Amino acid sequence: MDDFRAAFFTALGLLIGLDRDLVAIVRLSLAVSLSAVGLATVLGLPLGAAVAVWRFPGQALVRVLLNALMGLPPVVVGLVVYLLLSRAGPLGTLGLLFTPTAMVIAQCLLVTPIIAAFTRQTVTDLHEEYAEQLRSLGVGAWRTLWTLLWDGRFSLLTGILAGFGRASAEVGAVLIVGGNIHRVTRVVTTTIALETGKGNLPLALALGMILMLLVLAVNATAMVIQDTAKRVHG
Amino acid sequence: MGQLSVNPDRHTVTPAAILPLVVHDLCYEIGGKHLLDGISFRTDAGPRTVVLGPNGAGKSLLLRLCHGLLQPSAGTIAWAGTAPETARRCQAMVFQRPVLLRRSTAANITYVLRLQGIPRRQRRAMTMAALEQAGLLPLAAQPARVLSGGEQQRLALTRAWALKPQVLFLDEPTASLDPAATQAVEALLDHIHRTDTKIIMTTHDLGQARRLADEVLFLHHGRLLEHAPATAFFSHPQSKEATAFLEGKLLW
Repeated sequence: MDDFRAAFFTALGLLIGLDRDLVAIVRLSLAVSLSAVGLATVLGLPLGAAVAVWRFPGQALVRVLLNALMGLPPVVVGLVVYLLLSRAGPLGTLGLLFTPTAMVIAQCLLVTPIIAAFTRQTVTDLHEEYAEQLRSLGVGAWRTLWTLLWDGRFSLLTGILAGFGRASAEVGAVLIVGGNIHRVTRVVTTTIALETGKGNLPLALALGMILMLLVLAVNATAMVIQDTAKRVHG
Repeated sequence: MGQLSVNPDRHTVTPAAILPLVVHDLCYEIGGKHLLDGISFRTDAGPRTVVLGPNGAGKSLLLRLCHGLLQPSAGTIAWAGTAPETARRCQAMVFQRPVLLRRSTAANITYVLRLQGIPRRQRRAMTMAALEQAGLLPLAAQPARVLSGGEQQRLALTRAWALKPQVLFLDEPTASLDPAATQAVEALLDHIHRTDTKIIMTTHDLGQARRLADEVLFLHHGRLLEHAPATAFFSHPQSKEATAFLEGKLLW
């Protein structure tokens, strides 16, 4: 229990002192994960909705694939992105390995299937209800997609938050493609792994607490936005 | 807001008339079951057509086929020679359970106005005018999903009418409403009828059929047993099924 108490006071000290390294690490964590989730949202929402609404060959396969990819192991994604971005890899000339951009790409790959699969489920349910009415109104294929996404926006936020949870919590992918370089690609989770390895348990635990606070804050903000918007727009 | 009359320019752009509707030998079957069988009739612009019959007679199915939401197994549905897709753009349908968008009451109307390519600056005024006509103006900003059942159906009706259809299909529009809400919907239907919109509706409410029908299509077990002017149908039904139905004896 002493570890926990020490961790608590360490965390408090770090937060009150606004330790410069800590601020930089937390800021990078947020920047990387929010960018990844933003990108994954732009990709995942239309993808999920299209799989839900449009009929095309291989649709069932895509559906299974999406669900399976939700459980993608971060280290595997990290490894694949590493191979793609490494000097000898096909995208090596971009020089992205060990940069925050590489971390965004890796997390985006992890999160997109989650958002897409969640979107597919939400939009399928909504489409069941809307399909006849929209056909009656003569709504075209693209506008149907957009209508369903817009009308499902409050439910879809939950899927996006799940994606953010996954992105901010994973360590395997960012560790491999980012390299955990001090002041360049070091984020909260990689620091925790590092400090744990060094035996600096109270500091590692303190960072863990801060990470949880962070996720809590993002979720709370999203919930407030969701509730307010729901009251106003139904 | 109030100075605008509803549907001011209904006839400024007149699309080709899609009526009369001629249905010939229409069949619809699923898994060998004939849900509709050999239906033929013709209906013209003007009179309100009420499709009557007990549950499971195929009333809703007939409406969906005419509206083009389903494809018939056999037979033809002809809209004055207009192609089915073109014809559907001149029709609207209100379903038994209103399907409202998860948006504000007003946004439900502006959505269909936008579909019709009406410029943004005109949409608001037209929406407000339509809502006022339906008595829904005070609810314009409310989420459509929190309206009462009657208000929701009135909104669905107003939205369908905002499409300026030549033909308006209604599938049991008041089946789950209380008498007051039913009356409000019927009043709105009356107004729509007087603006030269052809109404084709189903109901199993005999009182409503008597109040609204100009002509009756009586369906039983997927067959069209009678097609007659309302007065004639209600006073002298020809088939024994229709007679039983009017006496409240025929349930299935």
